[in-house]
This record gives sequence, structure tokens and C-alpha cells, in this order.
Amino acid sequence: MSAFSSLSSAALKGFFRDKVAVFFSFAFPLMFIVIFGLIFSDAGTNKIEIGVVGEGPVITALDSTGALELTEFDNFQEAFQKVKDGDLPAVVAAEGNTVTLRYAASDQTAAATVRGIVAGVVNDVNLRSSGATATYRVQAQQVEDTTLKPIQFIVPGMMAWGVALGAVFGSAFTLVSWRKKQVLRRLRSAPINIFVILGSRLVATMMIGVVQAAVFIGVGTLPVFGLKLSGTWWMSLPILLLGIVAFFAVGLVIGSFCKTEEAASGVANAVIVPMAFLSGVFFPLDGAPSWMQTVSKFMPLRHMNDGMSDFLVRGDGAQALVSPSLILVGFTVLMLLLASKLFSWDAS
Amino acid sequence: MIKTNDLTKKFGSNIAVNQLNLDIPEGEFFCFLGPNGAGKTTTMEMVEGLRKPDGGTIKIFGESPWPRNVGILHRIGIQLQASAFFDKLTSIEQLRTFASLYDVKAGGAEEMLELVGLSEKAGTREDKLSGGQRQRLSIACALVHDPDIVFLDEPTSGLDPQARRNLWDVLESIRERGKTIVYTTHYLEEAEELCDRVAIMESGRLLALDTPANLVEGLEAPTRVLLKHGVLAVEAARRIAGVETASDENDLLTITTRSPGPVLAHLAENVSLDTLQVRTTTLEDVFLHLTGREYRE
Ligand SMILES: Nc1ncnc2c1ncn2[C@@H]1O[C@H](COP(=O)(O)OP(=O)(O)O)[C@@H](O)[C@H]1O
Ligand SMILES: [Mg+2]
Repeated sequence: MSAFSSLSSAALKGFFRDKVAVFFSFAFPLMFIVIFGLIFSDAGTNKIEIGVVGEGPVITALDSTGALELTEFDNFQEAFQKVKDGDLPAVVAAEGNTVTLRYAASDQTAAATVRGIVAGVVNDVNLRSSGATATYRVQAQQVEDTTLKPIQFIVPGMMAWGVALGAVFGSAFTLVSWRKKQVLRRLRSAPINIFVILGSRLVATMMIGVVQAAVFIGVGTLPVFGLKLSGTWWMSLPILLLGIVAFFAVGLVIGSFCKTEEAASGVANAVIVPMAFLSGVFFPLDGAPSWMQTVSKFMPLRHMNDGMSDFLVRGDGAQALVSPSLILVGFTVLMLLLASKLFSWDAS
Repeated sequence: MIKTNDLTKKFGSNIAVNQLNLDIPEGEFFCFLGPNGAGKTTTMEMVEGLRKPDGGTIKIFGESPWPRNVGILHRIGIQLQASAFFDKLTSIEQLRTFASLYDVKAGGAEEMLELVGLSEKAGTREDKLSGGQRQRLSIACALVHDPDIVFLDEPTSGLDPQARRNLWDVLESIRERGKTIVYTTHYLEEAEELCDRVAIMESGRLLALDTPANLVEGLEAPTRVLLKHGVLAVEAARRIAGVETASDENDLLTITTRSPGPVLAHLAENVSLDTLQVRTTTLEDVFLHLTGREYRE
């Protein structure tokens, strides 16, 4: 094996044999996906549930509005009791030409909605059965808005966070522990150069990052969570890899000036945790104050996160690669310059 | 193979290595001996090309090791601390990884494990090895690319006596392979036992450089015979032919002599032999003579 591939494979073995590292890279972000995914799993579907008795064109039309969830009852009395008990906001009974609507007084909003829908449906059915032509017509069409179902931002967010965290810790800990244990000196006394040493570690980190991303997406697409990938999801890969490089470089900076693993861990957390909140990986920034939105524009994690979700769930085209890629590359260059200023082979 | 001329290194105002002149030929088992802080490690690091000298010159294979001279690195094997391993890799994986850095066939890895007596531990992870096993593994890692010179910095420190003995055997078999060995120790008896030549260092200075035998002989110190208190009177001891001095100290009667044969024969006739110890001159006496101070490891 070449020095490069053997160092990469040493790094991969070291990682996958380290239970703590594996936990923080996989189980930890997964935990968030599962918890957030389950908490918010219903949030997107807020249909009003009503009881119906009997059948006919009005009931069929009510069902096809898609705005109500109908539960059938055999007799009116039973359904009426449910409304009285507060278990149902309303009940609609169709008997012959009479449509009876009873609604609970407690929830005025639901009541108004149900009343409006039922009245509209009844008018529509009346109009059709009378054979008259309507004077006014509503032209309605659904618009796909940019608000996403929660799982659609939870998974890309956790991907960005988990992978970035793994890359920062991966490179920072490697540098610190290798310097402390004199592995760096030992490598320096061998006829290979620093680019082979760091490059091989970077490639290992990229492989780990891709496996992380695959696991998070795989779990997200399980029916319980219901993540739906867009057609251009695979174009998020370059952003994922550039993000890994950028945060690997952050780790190099941290690993260059920290003397102990504890110090490196403290600094890495101090950088990554606030950045995660400011980058909208745990919750979207749409409702955040404007200063926060402004600050977040300076966070590479924000651009990695947005860049990936543009493809994973929004289905953007290739032109959406340009801006996050340039930002991540620029940030990487900055970090590498800083790291090369701070780097030392030896503890003293 | 290695030549230094007035080699000097300062850390601030502390002169760690002070005008060192060395000439180590091919195939020699060369030892730096000295107490902690003597400058052994600093000297090695400069010769290895890991540290920049402040003054003087170094030639190794006729070339200067600083700045980092990639051309000679494959001919040098360096054992650093016994912790310089890759995380979570097994012994054999460590060796193969180090071998790959030198672009040599990893086939030598098994042979190296065998050489240091770790064949049975091939599949054991680095963090599951004992101190002595780690030392031996780190030596194997320094040898895996078949270098001409091996540098070992205190390979036996911190080991129990048995593990140290085992390591001596390893060092002997490395020497038999015709390698030049440069190593440091603060154990006097180890230097005496193993080395072709010893450089005794203290406070950055080279105090003496010779074979252990020459150093001891050069001292021309008398042999000391120690007797339990009360076995023999001091006056009686002084009257024995060949005895130079006799004195009573610390519950022991100490006799010095330059003709130990006749003195011991005389004593054997008069006192029980199990009350008596003979101390020949050691490097410890050499150190005491050179510095005027007791040697403390
Ligand atoms: N990196 C360093 N920075 C400052 N002083 C050092 C450094 N390394 C060694 N020294 C000093 O140089 C002297 C020689 O140290 P060293 O070569 O490690 O001795 P030895 O290996 O014989 O114990 C000591 O006084 C030590 O404190
Ligand atoms: Mg030392």
C-alpha cells in the first residue's frame, strides 16, 4: 500500500474502533433526528376531524375537499354525544334533503371553519343539482411554498451539524494527540511530507462524513419520519465534501494551537455549538430576529446547511452550487492559512 | 558515520549541549550515559535532524541532517517515546503502517515482531500491551524499513528488571544484524554491559568517551572488600599484606586493595566467606571520579 492509502486506512480503523467517536458521529445526531422527527411528525397535517352520519352527494363532496377528516357514525345521537363531550368539534348528518350541522361552542375557530366548509359544499351541490350556471367562479390553484415539513429541514440540518462536528474533532484530536504522543515527530522522521499526512486524514474524514450522511438520510426516509428527497438530492454531495474540508480546516487550526485533547475539545465545542444555533441546523431561522439572520450569513455551517438542503429537499438546479461552494472554499483557504501560521510539529 | 564538531544547543540561557565532538563509526553500539537533564535527548534529536543546532556541525552519512534532509531519512530509524503509535491499531498494523511510510514491503513486519519477541501479540492493540511490550514494539517500528542507524532514546527506562533483560537481548540481536546503534540510558550497568563505547555526559558536556573497560581501568581504582561489622577488627585488617586502607563505616568494614587475590585468600582462611562482598570498579566510580558527585539516576 502507498503511504497515503495506508495512513487513510489507519485513520479509518482508528475511528471505527473508537466507540466514543462513533457515538458522537452517528448516534448523537441520529438521536436528534429521531426525537425531533417524532415530535414534529404530525405538525404538517392539521385537518379538522368531524363526525358524519348517513351518505349522499354532500358527504361525498365534503370528503373531497381534503380539508376535513371524516369519521363515520351509525346514528346521529351517538355522534352528537361526542360533540357534547368535546371529543369532536362538529358532526354533519345527511338525511334526505336535510343536512344537519351541530358544532361545539368551545372552539370558535374550528366551528367557523367547519361551518364555512359545510355551507360552501351545500351551496355547490345545490347549484349543480339545479342545473343553473354560476355567475361567479373561483379560480384556485395550490402553490408550493418554501416552508418545509419539519423532517425536511431536520435531516439536512443534522447532517451538516454531525458531519461538521466529526470533521472538526477528527482533525483537531488527531493533531493534538499525535503531537503529544510524538507520532508527528515520528512521521516527520519518515520520508513523507505533511500533505500526505494531512491529506490521508482528510480523505478518511470525508469517507466517514459520507457514511454519516447516508445513515442520516436513510433513517430520515423511513416511513415514520417521512423525509422526501428531491430529484437533485445527489448534487448536495459536492457541498457535503466542501463542508467537510472546511471544518477539517477548522479542526487543524484548533489542533495547531491546543496542547491537550481537553483544550481542543473545549475550543471545538465553543466554536461549533453557537455556530450550530446561528446556522439554523436545529430550527429554521425564518422567525429569528434580523441581527441573527445577518450574523448567520457569516457562518460556514449556515452555507453548508442551506447549500445541502437546496438540493436534498428543495430540488434546486446546478446553479445553486456556486454560492455555497465559493463561500466554503474561501473559508477553507482562510482556515488553512491560519493553521499554517499556528502549526507546530513539537510540543516545545 | 556520524561526526559532530563543537555541537551546541541552548535553550535560553541554559546550555543543553555544550561543544560536543563525536565520531561514531559504522557498526558501533554507542551509548550516551548521564543523569536526567544531561543533554542526551537533545544531542540525539540534533543528530536525527529533528532539532536545529545553535552551533557546530553534524555530518551523518556525510550529509547535514538539518534542515530536514529527506534523502537520508530512509537510512535512519528513530524510536521516540513508547507512545508514538497510531490509535487503536494492532501491533502488526502499526508495523505495516510505518513500513508503508518508507515505501518498503510490509512483509518485514512479521520478521520484526519476531525479532523483538512479539509474534504472539501481532493482533493485540497498542493500548493493550504492557510497558515492556510497547517499548519492544516501538523499537520494531524503528527498524521496519531496515535502516543503517538506529536511534533509541532510553528504551529501557521505566521497565522492570525482567523486561529490561528481555530488551537487552533484543538490542543484542539488532547489533548482530550489523546496525549502528546509538542509544541513551541513565542506567550505568546497562551501558557497561551492552555498549562498545560510552559517552558520559553531564550538564551538556562530554566528560569521557571510551569503552567501558578502558574507562574503568583508566581510573586505576582499588578493589573494595566489604565485611560485616565485628567479623574482623580494623587493626587486624590493616595488617593483612596488600591492604591499602581499612575503615569502619556504616556497620561495614571496608578494605581497599590493588592486589585482591592474596588479600581474599588470606580472608578466606580467617573469616566465613558469606560475611564478605567484593566490589570491583564500575562506571559509577568513574562518574564519581569525573564529577566529584555520587551518580543519581
Ligand atoms: N524543549 C526544551 N525547551 C527548553 N529546555 C529544554 C528543552 N528540552 C530540553 N531542555 C533542557 O535541556 C537540558 C537537556 O535536556 P535533555 O536533552 O532532555 O536531557 P536528557 O535527555 O539527558 O535527560 C535540560 O536542562 C532540559 O531542561
Ligand atoms: Mg532524555
